[in-house]
Amino acid sequence: MALLALTNVTKVYQVGAVAVHALRGIDLMVEKNEYVSIMGPSGSGKSTLMNVIGCLDTPTSGTYILDGKTVHDDNIGQNGNGKLSEDELAFIRNQKIGFVFQTFNLLPRITALHNVELPLIYAGIHKKERIEMAKEALRKVNLEDRMHHQPNELSGGQRQRVAIARALVNNPSILLADEPTGNLDSVTSREIMKLMDKLHDEGNTIILVTHETEIAQHAHRIVHLLDGKIDRDETTPKGNS
Amino acid sequence: MNLHEVFISSINSIRQNKLRSFLTLLGVIIGVFSIISVMTAINVLQKSVESNLNILGTNTFYIQKYPAIQVGGSAHWKYRNRKNLTYDDYLKLKERYSGPAMISAENWHNGDPIKFKDKQTKNSVIIQGVTPEWEFSSGYFLESGRMISRTDMEQMRNVIILGQDVIDVLMPQYNPLGQTVTLRGVKFQVIGTLERKGSIFGQSEDNLVILPLTTHLKMFANRWTSLGYSISVIDMEHFEDVKEEIIFHLRLVREVPLTEENDFEVVSNTSLIDTFNQITGAIKVAALLISSIALLAAGIGIMNIMLVSVTERTREIGIRKSIGARKRDIRNQFLLEALVLTEIGALIGIILGVLAGNLVALSMKVSGVFPIQWAIIGVVVCSVIGVIFGTYPAVKAARLDPIEALRYE
Ligand SMILES: Nc1ncnc2c1ncn2[C@@H]1O[C@H](COP(=O)(O)OP(=O)(O)OP(=O)(O)O)[C@@H](O)[C@H]1O
Ligand SMILES: [Mg+2]
Repeated sequence: MALLALTNVTKVYQVGAVAVHALRGIDLMVEKNEYVSIMGPSGSGKSTLMNVIGCLDTPTSGTYILDGKTVHDDNIGQNGNGKLSEDELAFIRNQKIGFVFQTFNLLPRITALHNVELPLIYAGIHKKERIEMAKEALRKVNLEDRMHHQPNELSGGQRQRVAIARALVNNPSILLADEPTGNLDSVTSREIMKLMDKLHDEGNTIILVTHETEIAQHAHRIVHLLDGKIDRDETTPKGNS
Repeated sequence: MNLHEVFISSINSIRQNKLRSFLTLLGVIIGVFSIISVMTAINVLQKSVESNLNILGTNTFYIQKYPAIQVGGSAHWKYRNRKNLTYDDYLKLKERYSGPAMISAENWHNGDPIKFKDKQTKNSVIIQGVTPEWEFSSGYFLESGRMISRTDMEQMRNVIILGQDVIDVLMPQYNPLGQTVTLRGVKFQVIGTLERKGSIFGQSEDNLVILPLTTHLKMFANRWTSLGYSISVIDMEHFEDVKEEIIFHLRLVREVPLTEENDFEVVSNTSLIDTFNQITGAIKVAALLISSIALLAAGIGIMNIMLVSVTERTREIGIRKSIGARKRDIRNQFLLEALVLTEIGALIGIILGVLAGNLVALSMKVSGVFPIQWAIIGVVVCSVIGVIFGTYPAVKAARLDPIEALRYE
């Protein structure tokens, strides 16, 4: 069974009297340990799709199953758990999703270590174990020596690595990265992508959004969005090998 | 997310906004401070009143024209129009009453210096005329010499007993007995000295001299002179009976019609304490009112600051939600932050209030107090305020949509 399966997913934003169709029927399956890039012009719905997959947002219609769990299904009524409550979604975000943002989204004024600890705090893991896990995650992104630094004492690339550590620390089913290199220079971008490749090699499932073909080529599969629909779904040279 | 974590994170965010937190705290501090300082001061007073109000001695009550403490001024005329309590009334009362009590009469004034050789006292010395029974009702003891006698009274002798403060000023190196002092140009012979009594409410009790009442009246009485009668009951068990009986006889002496109330005041320790409590009660109510208003304002201030904080930290809320914070995690975090803020305020207010209240104790040279019950009430009230005014911002924070919150600039 696929790790995640979206069937005919739509998302409509109501802006005043105007309905903005951000997603117009997405069918997408991603298997465990896949490495997928999502590309497409600005406004094509990439971020919206990532948010739906990451359970930050819910579809307007369609079916979404993540890791065997029904996150959204129109056909199951309100109480048949076809629509999860906010707290249930929060639980899934905490346990199964690791999100990496373009703008890092670290909490300022607390240390890198504490930032990485946060998901574990909400998971209710005890302090001692938590700190061990957070250090381990920071080790994976090669930032162990910076763990007592606050975000404003770190470079952009280092911040993004802290964010990746935070996304990884709960051993999520899937790592979602929305333009993770969007705010970084090309050298740093390459470093971050090297890290992504390594994480994939270690067995993680990764979906990342990017504008740059070079970055997208790191993945084994590229999904092209256009106007809220999947336009093309191709396998990269890396995916063929 | 357990409470401990929430607590740590709220302490952190309070520390990160020190100035703002402090300004928010100010309202709480003022509110708690005003109630705690007033209550502490009143407790101190109460304690010292209760232990010191043997001004009269527990077995003594007092009859005089005016109430001991007047609350409000409108009734003043009622008291002024009363007939004076005279020496004559006193003698008649003594004649009629023969129960187990000593009745003494006294009159006092100040403003006359007492001179000895080249020295003289300040005008503040109390010059008191007393009857021989004073010995039993006054609470003063002789250090040397003798008390006022019946013969002193009958012959209106110019004899005087000195308090320790007066001796300190006039004749520290002399044996006072037999010396002659001058009062309003009249020579008085010192027949006794009083033991030192110390001070009450910071006021010395030893700054006085004693004359025979008749001598005092001859020299100083005028048309406003009204004596005080001091009745010391020999057996405490009969205190109330004696009081009733004396009131009855005094009414007869002063020919008060049956339908009218007493034309004199009866003052005892209990009545003094009652009056004291009446006054402090009013102060307490005022303090409660002030601190309620301050705390209400503080509560609104806290709500305001928390709303600002929620808006400012919208992005933080979005980040926390994106990594798995549930609604209640966010709500608890902001609620606890408001609570911690108010409790810190309460704590500072209590400490400052107790310190300020005990300054009163210091100035009166009595031991300090800690009004534990008011401290507890302060903490509880502040918690309630923290919860009441912290809930709305906290719920607002918890309800934020994660994506909207993440997108907030
Ligand atoms: N909260 C919202 N309210 C209204 N419209 C929205 C909202 N979020 C997204 N949209 C609209 O949905 C469409 C898809 O937006 P989305 O952010 O998914 O695009 P994107 O592919 O990520 O673009 P970009 O490459 O610029 O990030 C856009 O037309 C956008 O204006
Ligand atoms: Mg986007």
